[in-house]
Amino acid sequence: MLFGSSRDDQTKVQRFREAALPYLDDVYTVARYLLRDPADAEDAVQECYLRALKHFDSYRGPAMKPWLLAILRNVCHAEFARRARSGTTPIDELPESAEATAPLWQETPDTPEAQALQKRDASSIRRMIATLAEPFRETFVLREIQNLSYREIAETVGAPVGTVMSRLARARAMLRSAWLAEEEQPK
Amino acid sequence: MTCDEADILLHALIDGELDAGHALEVENHVAACRRCAAALQAHREMKAAIATADVRFTAPTHLRQRIEAALPQSRGASRRSLLAGFAMGSAVSAIAATGLVAIVLRDDDEQRIASEVVSAHLRSLQAGHLTDVISTDQHTVKPWFNGRLDVSPPVIDLTALGFTLIGGRLDYIDGRALGAVVYKRRAHVINLFVAQAPNATHSTARTEDVQGFNIRRWRDHGLNFWAVSDLNADELAEFSDKFEKAMQTNGKA
Repeated sequence: MLFGSSRDDQTKVQRFREAALPYLDDVYTVARYLLRDPADAEDAVQECYLRALKHFDSYRGPAMKPWLLAILRNVCHAEFARRARSGTTPIDELPESAEATAPLWQETPDTPEAQALQKRDASSIRRMIATLAEPFRETFVLREIQNLSYREIAETVGAPVGTVMSRLARARAMLRSAWLAEEEQPK
Repeated sequence: MTCDEADILLHALIDGELDAGHALEVENHVAACRRCAAALQAHREMKAAIATADVRFTAPTHLRQRIEAALPQSRGASRRSLLAGFAMGSAVSAIAATGLVAIVLRDDDEQRIASEVVSAHLRSLQAGHLTDVISTDQHTVKPWFNGRLDVSPPVIDLTALGFTLIGGRLDYIDGRALGAVVYKRRAHVINLFVAQAPNATHSTARTEDVQGFNIRRWRDHGLNFWAVSDLNADELAEFSDKFEKAMQTNGKA
């Protein structure tokens, strides 16, 4: 069965390409937001695809995109750990306790009148998202840019749906504050 | 419902994640609470503003190539010969003790190429991906390919015949670089992918439907052609007929 097994490998790689490569831009987008560095993002995406191929045999779902993004997340967190060890890049990971105790309403402007948001271009929105602390940035990007459902996000980041919901609420509140703050400053 | 609960649940409402009962509860709270109503409105606005801005990133071409190159290439021989034509490669022939296996394999590969052609077409329709060189002038597009590919595709202006040349692009199908010449018919984009064929035999064009797109492929002058579009089959056939006729008239353009 020499040929048989190599043909199985071929079929596997081929199925993997068809299933996984169409999400390259999605995976790259998340990597850019998580790592905030284009070169690191490229390395992480490549590593993600190699790991995904290795584990493709055992892949039974969920949908391909959340599966790839969960692998990417692991790769990125390994990179965070490396950065923390080398001390080159400050990490902004909030301790879990901060997430648990910080009241939501601090970030929400407590004025009843909704202040109208000025339109911002893509690059300033990207910059504002990038300033969000992990893990709020991660949840926000998976929801707002990748359109994952709450349940898919929960599976991807390995947290309960309730945690995903509170992170998302805080992420949006912080982003809105940043948005309004930026408008107050003259260019 | 308290404001603290609403602070979280209004996001689920915006995202369409709430069941009807909870959605109603949030709506009732918001109707009675100015503060939460303002917050709901504000977050809806922000979500809309983000949705309309293009905040995604596009993977650079060299990253795509790097990943393609890193995936195991064990079936290199058969894939190469496949792209070079629809003939069977030596690796496949070796397996093909029975004709049946060969036919099954080849069909799989043809299908795979067809679906990659469709994927490449879809990628090209994403913002900023359609053309690397934008020109309606064949004498601009043609030289652009030279030096970028082993085989530069024939670039034929069919504007007078109803198909507007809009440019050219480097693309990757089956892990290999090839040229795509881009045409438009009304609002429909036609990607014409061109790769070297193993021999000069001519094969007549035929159309197949892959994932809702029409692909018309033929072989001529030692080149394989795949024209893919959401254009209807008749008009895509008209395109390939006119292209082939023009190629005969022009020599190799």
